[in-house]
Amino acid sequence: MKKPLLDVRDLAVAFDTDGGAVHAVNGVSYTLHEGETLGIVGESGSGKSVHVLAMLGLIPRPPGRITGGQVLFEGRDLLALKERDLRKIRGGAIGFVFQDPMSSLNPGMTVAAQIVEPLRIHLGLDARAARARAKDLLDLVRIPNAGARLDQYPHEFSGGQRQRVMIAIGLSCRPKLLIADEATTALDVTVQAEIVALVQELKRELGMAIIWITHDLGVVAGISDTVQVMYAGRILERGPVDDIFSDPRNAYTLGLLRSLPDLSGGRAGRRRLHQIEGAPPDMRHPPPGDPFAPRNAFATPRCRAEMPPLVQAPGAAPGHLVAAWYDLPKLLAAEAAR
Amino acid sequence: MLRFLARRLALAVPTLILASMIIFALQQLLPGDVATALTGEERDPQVIAFIRQKYHLDAPLPVRYAYWAGGVLRGDLGESIRLQKPVSELIVEKLPVTLELACLAMLVALAIGVPMGVLSAVKRGQAADTIANGVALWGLSVPNFWLGILLILLFSVQLGWLPASGYVSPFESLSDNLAAMVMPAFVLGNAIAAVMMRHTRAAMLGVLGSDYVRTARAKGVSPMRVTLRHALPNAAIPIITLGALEFGQLLSGAVLTEQVFSVPGFGKLMVDAVFNRDFATVQGVVICTAATYIALNLAADLLSAAVNPKLRRA
Repeated sequence: MKKPLLDVRDLAVAFDTDGGAVHAVNGVSYTLHEGETLGIVGESGSGKSVHVLAMLGLIPRPPGRITGGQVLFEGRDLLALKERDLRKIRGGAIGFVFQDPMSSLNPGMTVAAQIVEPLRIHLGLDARAARARAKDLLDLVRIPNAGARLDQYPHEFSGGQRQRVMIAIGLSCRPKLLIADEATTALDVTVQAEIVALVQELKRELGMAIIWITHDLGVVAGISDTVQVMYAGRILERGPVDDIFSDPRNAYTLGLLRSLPDLSGGRAGRRRLHQIEGAPPDMRHPPPGDPFAPRNAFATPRCRAEMPPLVQAPGAAPGHLVAAWYDLPKLLAAEAAR
Repeated sequence: MLRFLARRLALAVPTLILASMIIFALQQLLPGDVATALTGEERDPQVIAFIRQKYHLDAPLPVRYAYWAGGVLRGDLGESIRLQKPVSELIVEKLPVTLELACLAMLVALAIGVPMGVLSAVKRGQAADTIANGVALWGLSVPNFWLGILLILLFSVQLGWLPASGYVSPFESLSDNLAAMVMPAFVLGNAIAAVMMRHTRAAMLGVLGSDYVRTARAKGVSPMRVTLRHALPNAAIPIITLGALEFGQLLSGAVLTEQVFSVPGFGKLMVDAVFNRDFATVQGVVICTAATYIALNLAADLLSAAVNPKLRRA
């Protein structure tokens, strides 16, 4: 097994609002190893983006605050670092690619100026060397005629190209970890596929670990080693990608999988898309038990009263963890028998 | 860029014509004319009739407008009947004074308003923000003439550091000139600084919450650089637009402040002209001010285009 790179322990984040504190992240723990690609799935408000932004000091504080936990990156607790030291990690050892490439690039700065910044800050390159490196990076993310495009502004690039520029910035200092937050969500499906392919290719070349945050299970299946399903600021299930898709143990994961369109069975195999009934809980008053219980047809009384711990799923592949009081495969078998 | 400039300049022409027509028509609403103003108490009907005839005051409104507009096109703004001087000469005389005062006031406004606005946006909800907002509220609420009088009381009467009034040309003595200008410039600038601060704060808050500012922070950029290099230029457009408008306002003359400090600028010229029904002067000043406004707005647009690359193609 490779060395652990990022060790998140019991991370909790809250946002103070007029209506009381919103508990966005409630005790998230996981380990990411060097070179591993972790796909984090969940709907809006599941805490998937917030917990990552919070551990690098990127949520606005106030109203946001970290209410507990530890985040060890290469053995150092990010939450205990001073802003000044955290800044040395952001953009250096940890690179970011954000969701909307239209709004995530500064409209008033040339692409070169934006790529050069981390190179000068973290690698201490002089202006000329940084510019040469910026051109190489644009080549790396397959932007044609890179040299001529350095001095153009973001609005002169297409959406897909802008996301490539974002990736160039994220990878500029050869990070050990690349965090892609909904990196393909704002793009056309064909462009999405190109970007995913590009990231996979770059990963083979550069060998960094990736946290790929998305609500798109299709993208996760294509890119991840490990999948982690989040809901209401908690991890409900986590494990090797194939195992999660073939043998889901949490009802929420199952709901997500069932809501994927299935085109494999031809006309006969087509069915109405499954929809998970209800809405996520109000995180100002999170339910005492399993947060998904109110929407879960399989929920037991214990689910509503007590939060299940995240433990190895019995009979599943090693490392396949689930938080559920019920035994999903058994319930499904019973359902099929009826 | 050149096409943009040409189009804007072409648009300026109808604006100026319209402005001149409006001011020409509005003046007719004032009771009396220059003839009654000049003859004073006596009101000798013969004299009045003579003056009216001499200056075509008895001609119909469109004819008078045509007389005047024809002159303007030849570069002749007419003559101040009361002062017996060409209006253009009066403008050339007073404009530098107003221009200097406006520039100094603008400098004060920018030097106070923008940093304060940036600071209060960055320190939103903290003590610095509260203080800056309080100062701005004070700046907005204090009447200029009153602040002027208080300043004169303190710095001229009590401390004797600055002259209470009067104007010295900078070509005579720069230090005396600045000593005379510093108080009126501060009074005018202070009020604008407050508006400036509010707009800067609002614009900065919008920009600081944007995705690209988060991107900059995620790259490890220092807070100072995030604020000044990433956020401020993108917040600059409303500040530039406001600055141009306020500057135009200043150039049309600060009537009360000029009165308090006895600064012989546009404001005083204009007020005197209106009271004397010296319509040629009023029109000359208005047309000159309107032209300056248009030029300033154009300058603001060009500056915005320099700041925002997206506007350059428009």
